[in-house]
Amino acid sequence: MRLLTDRLAARLSRGRRGRYAGVVVLMLGLLVTGGAYAVLSPAQASDEAADQSTVDQGRALFLVGCASCHGKNGEGVTLQNGNQYGPPLAGVGAAAVDFQVGTGRMPMARPGVQAPKKDVLYSEEEISALAAYVASLGPGPAIPESDAYDPLAIPEEDREEAIVRGGEFFRTNCTACHNFAASGGALPGGKYAPSLRGVSDKHIYEAMLTGPQQMPVFSDEVLKSEEKRDIIAYLNSIEDAPRYGGGNMGAFGPVSEGLFAWLVGIGACVGFAVWIASSSTRSKKGTQS
Amino acid sequence: MSHDEIARRDGDHAEEPIVNPGMHEHQPRPTDIDDVAGRRAERQVATFFGLSSVMAILFCVAYFTFDIGDEPDLFLGYGASNIFLGLTLGLALLFIGIGAIQWARKLMSDVEISEARHPSRSSDEDRDIALSALNQGIADSAIGRRPLIRNSLLGALGALGLPAIVALRDLGPLPGTALEQTVWRKGMRVVNDVSGTPIKAEQMEIGQLVNAEPGIFFAVDEEGEPVVEGVELQQEKAKAAVILVKMRPEDITPYPNRENWGVEGVLCYSKICTHVGCPISLWEQQTHHLLCPCHQSTFDLADNGKVIFGPAARALPQLPLMVDDEGYLVAQSDFPEPVGPSYWERG
Repeated sequence: MRLLTDRLAARLSRGRRGRYAGVVVLMLGLLVTGGAYAVLSPAQASDEAADQSTVDQGRALFLVGCASCHGKNGEGVTLQNGNQYGPPLAGVGAAAVDFQVGTGRMPMARPGVQAPKKDVLYSEEEISALAAYVASLGPGPAIPESDAYDPLAIPEEDREEAIVRGGEFFRTNCTACHNFAASGGALPGGKYAPSLRGVSDKHIYEAMLTGPQQMPVFSDEVLKSEEKRDIIAYLNSIEDAPRYGGGNMGAFGPVSEGLFAWLVGIGACVGFAVWIASSSTRSKKGTQS
Repeated sequence: MSHDEIARRDGDHAEEPIVNPGMHEHQPRPTDIDDVAGRRAERQVATFFGLSSVMAILFCVAYFTFDIGDEPDLFLGYGASNIFLGLTLGLALLFIGIGAIQWARKLMSDVEISEARHPSRSSDEDRDIALSALNQGIADSAIGRRPLIRNSLLGALGALGLPAIVALRDLGPLPGTALEQTVWRKGMRVVNDVSGTPIKAEQMEIGQLVNAEPGIFFAVDEEGEPVVEGVELQQEKAKAAVILVKMRPEDITPYPNRENWGVEGVLCYSKICTHVGCPISLWEQQTHHLLCPCHQSTFDLADNGKVIFGPAARALPQLPLMVDDEGYLVAQSDFPEPVGPSYWERG
C-alpha cells in the first residue's frame, strides 16, 4: 500500500505538479482510508446489553490499567493519612468511564491535583468494556444515546430557541468556572476548568451528568436532559460563530488583551518614538561649505 | 533673589560651575548638499501622502462593499468589514504621520537654535498695575466701609449651598429594612434558575450544584401575569439568588443551631458574595469550597459557609431548608442575617 502511494506520489510530483503534491496525495489517501473505516466499521457496542463476556473483558483491562489506584474491585485506595489515592468507582456509572477514559484523562500518567486531557489510550471497544465492568459495580448514569446530546436531534424550527435557552443555562450554571466564551479558567491550587472548545457533544453531556473531578454534578432530574442538549447547542453555536469583533486572543479577557496592548501596541509606539527622536544621517562632505 | 540679581547672574558666564560647551559644529544632511538625495526624499514623502489618499479611498470602497449584519462577509474567519475599515483608516493615518516625520527629518530646515528660559515672575511694573487696580476696586465698591453689604453678601453666598444639600435628598429614599430582607418566606419553594422547576432532595446527587431562585419569581397570578416583574424582580433577584449543594452528610459540620437546616446533605447558601456582592457559583465539589471569581474569597460550604481565604469578612449566609408536603425543597424562613456585602448600619 505504502509502496503504491509512494510510487503514485512520485509520478504525480514529477513534472507539472509542485513538490508538495506527494504529501497532499498521501494525506488524501489517509483521509479516504480513515473515512471509509469510520463509515464501514461495525457500530460500537454501547447500545448493546452489557453481556457477561464484555464485563469480563472490562475486568481484565481494569486489573491491568486501573486497579493500582482504584483497587482490584474498584473499591478505591485510601492512604494511611486518610487521603484518597483513587476514589471508589461503585456507582459512578458507565458515563463517567466513557468521559474519563474517552478523553484520555484516565488512566492518569502520574498523581496530581487534576487529571489532564491526554491522548486516548484505549480503543472504543475497550472503553465500552471498561464502562460495562464499572457499571456492573453499582448503578450509575449510563452512556447517553446520541439523541440525548446531539443538537441536530432538536427539530430544525426549534433550534434557534434552544440555542437561546441553552445560553441562559450556560451563563447561569457554567460561566463561573468555564468563562463566558467557554475557554476555561483557573481554580486554586493548580486546578483549572478546561476549555470546552473542541470537546465532543457526548463528552460535554457526560461531564455534566457525572461531575468529573472538581466539577459539580448536574443530574438529569434537576438539569433536564433536553436542557443539557440546549447548552451543547449553544456551545456549538458560539464555536461556529464568526469572530466578528476580531481576534479574541483565547477569550481570556484582560490578561491576554492587556499583554497584547502593552507588548505590541505600546511596543510599536515606542518604536516610532525612537525613530522620530533618532538623529538623521549627516554628511561629512558639506562641512566646509 | 531679585529680578536684577537673576539677570546679572545669567549675564555672567564666568561664574557658572560648568562651562557651557556651546553648540557642536553643524553638519549638513545629505539632502542639504545633494540635489538628487533631496529629490528622492521629496518623492518618498509624496509617496507616503499618496498612499494615504489611496487608503482613504479604499476605506470608502470597503464601506460599501462588505456586508455586515446577520450574514456578514468573512475574511480569514473575521468580519471582513471590520478588518478592512480598520486597516485602511489606520494605514491612511499612519502614512500621513510617516510622511510628515520623513519630511521633517530630511527636508525641513535644519538649524540648531537655543532659547533662553524666561523668569516666571511678572515684571514689577505689571505687579504694580495689578495691585493698584485691585485697591481701586476695593475703594470704589466701599466694601470696607459698609460691613452690612459685605456680611449680607457672604450670607447670600452661604445660603446658596442649601439648595445643593436639599437636592441630595433625591438620592433617597433610605432603604429602610430592604437590605435586611429578601423575598424568601417560610414554605417558599427553591426552584431551578432559568427553568423554574422545583427540586426534591433525592433528585440531587452527591457533588451536585444547582443555581436556584425563590419560587415566587416564576409564579403567575390568576391572569397569567408574573407576580414579581420589572425593576422589582431585578432588585429582589439581586438579593434572593441562592445555590443548592449536596454533600455527604458525614462531611458537613453544622453549628449546633444549624443541624436541621439541611435536607439529606442538601444545603442552601446565598449566591451573593459577602465582600462586594458578586454572584458566586464556582464550587469545587471535592473540597466543598466556593470561590468568588472577583476577588478570590473562598467559603467552605461544608463548614457553615466560613471564610477560609480572601477579602470577605462574613461567612456566606445560609438559608434553612425543609421539605413540603409534596417532597419539594422549601425555605424554613427568610435568611436569618442580611445577605450580600456589609454596609454602614450593620456595623
